[in-house]
Amino acid sequence: MATTIKSGFERIRNTEVWRTIFRSGSGSSNLHRSQAVQQNIFLHLFSVKVRSRALEFSPTWYLGALTLSTFFILIATGILLMFYYHPSVPQAYADMKDLQFVVASGVFLRNLHRWSAHAMVFLVFAHMFKVFYRGAYRPPRQFNWVIGVFLLLITLLLSYTGYLLPWDQLAFWAVTVGSNIAKAVPLMGKQIRFLMLGGNEVNANALLRFYVLHCVILPLVAILLVGVHFWRIRKDGGLYVPEKKNL
Amino acid sequence: MQAEVQSDVRKNPRRIAFILRRTSPYVKTQDDGRVMTYPTALSRFIIALEVAFVLLVWISLLANAPLEGMADPMHTPNPAKAPWYFLGLQELLHYFPPMVAGVLVPGLVVGALIVIPYFNINIEGESLWAKDRKRRLMIIGVALVLFCIFLLAFDVIVALVPTILIGGLMLWSARFSSESPRLFHRWLASKPLSFWIMSWFLIELTILTVVGTFFRGPGWSWVLPWQS
Ligand code: HEM
Repeated sequence: MATTIKSGFERIRNTEVWRTIFRSGSGSSNLHRSQAVQQNIFLHLFSVKVRSRALEFSPTWYLGALTLSTFFILIATGILLMFYYHPSVPQAYADMKDLQFVVASGVFLRNLHRWSAHAMVFLVFAHMFKVFYRGAYRPPRQFNWVIGVFLLLITLLLSYTGYLLPWDQLAFWAVTVGSNIAKAVPLMGKQIRFLMLGGNEVNANALLRFYVLHCVILPLVAILLVGVHFWRIRKDGGLYVPEKKNL
Repeated sequence: MQAEVQSDVRKNPRRIAFILRRTSPYVKTQDDGRVMTYPTALSRFIIALEVAFVLLVWISLLANAPLEGMADPMHTPNPAKAPWYFLGLQELLHYFPPMVAGVLVPGLVVGALIVIPYFNINIEGESLWAKDRKRRLMIIGVALVLFCIFLLAFDVIVALVPTILIGGLMLWSARFSSESPRLFHRWLASKPLSFWIMSWFLIELTILTVVGTFFRGPGWSWVLPWQS
């Protein structure tokens, strides 16, 4: 059975169509496997070989990989949610109710997006502390750490802008509390808050701004920075694995 | 074998590497065993993705995302809470003016995080007590006491407790060295200052967030989560 599947898969990989899509074609020699990485626009960010110790559980706890996983889930569920959502008052709230009672699996979709968002915020913090305690911020990885700090901020902003979108009491007041803090910035606090909300209070303009930030600008910035983050891992010589210490 | 060294560096550039103590992990580990990214590393990532997915689907089937009544600017809920990851800050807002808790503290935290890799002291990761033990003990002891008085003056008991715990552990670790018989003592003694500061930050962050999330009720008063 397993061999049938395997040879069937090999046959597909040998078809002309497959070879036009994946330039590396079939074969499982190390050369082919290198090409599978080098000749793929997404994978070529990574090196062809990695240190086997870097794949063990203990150095990373796979926290970066898990953060990326939640980000993927968020993009997939987020796009589906966008099909059912209008960023206007009071339609936004009505859309939440529709997701709850009308859309097939709407509740599940919303749940998955919401819980994945919480998970991502948690994981990104965990990843940061893990990188710190492993000492992986040391040269030559300094700048990748800095990119990481910006990824942390972007993640928090993504979550925070998304929080307003359901337009329920929870959303409204959480964002009111947060935007009041902006007022405390010396000299231009009021202006910053106005820029953030498109007005002096959380209203329909704020909803629209948060929507554009949440669905377009911040995801684009996040994807860009994640790309740089991974490219830097390769350029900095792969993941840092501490020497086995004898205390 | 004789290597000829020419004086014209432009024609014959030479590469010189200075490998300082603990500064270049890459140089030390580059000869480890290696595996192919495709398929080994990629399949590991896909497993991580699947684990995350299965867990989150399972949670999403069990628990519903909250949805309250429609936003109403006329009715302020009490307490009005920010999302959980900002509740540590909101807890601080309870003690300090917004300028301090909302602008200064987060600004300093972000700034401190960014500069971590640019300080030699963090790179070398030398034990805090390796040099100048007496003098450092003095400075850190005094700084800790002053900081605790400051927290006490503003009644920030929730931040004071972790400070005393971590600070106490840090001062206690000065008694040990790499020759101490117990492994835990040697481990404590080997820790650099950055370790202590980051651990203090981690614990403060956790405690402030937990307090803000579960232990704060109407008017930001102290409540017990199982009583409400
Ligand atoms: C959207 C957020 C982020 C994603 C998706 C992400 C992803 C990753 C992944 C997949 C790795 C590979 C190793 C691992 O799994 O731990 C990694 C490594 C790394 N990350 Fe992140 N990361 C994010 C945020 C951060 C943050 C907030 C920091 C620190 C402030 C950071 C600093 C680093 C550093 C320095 C490395 C290299 C570690 C090494 O060489 O061993 N990253 N990241």
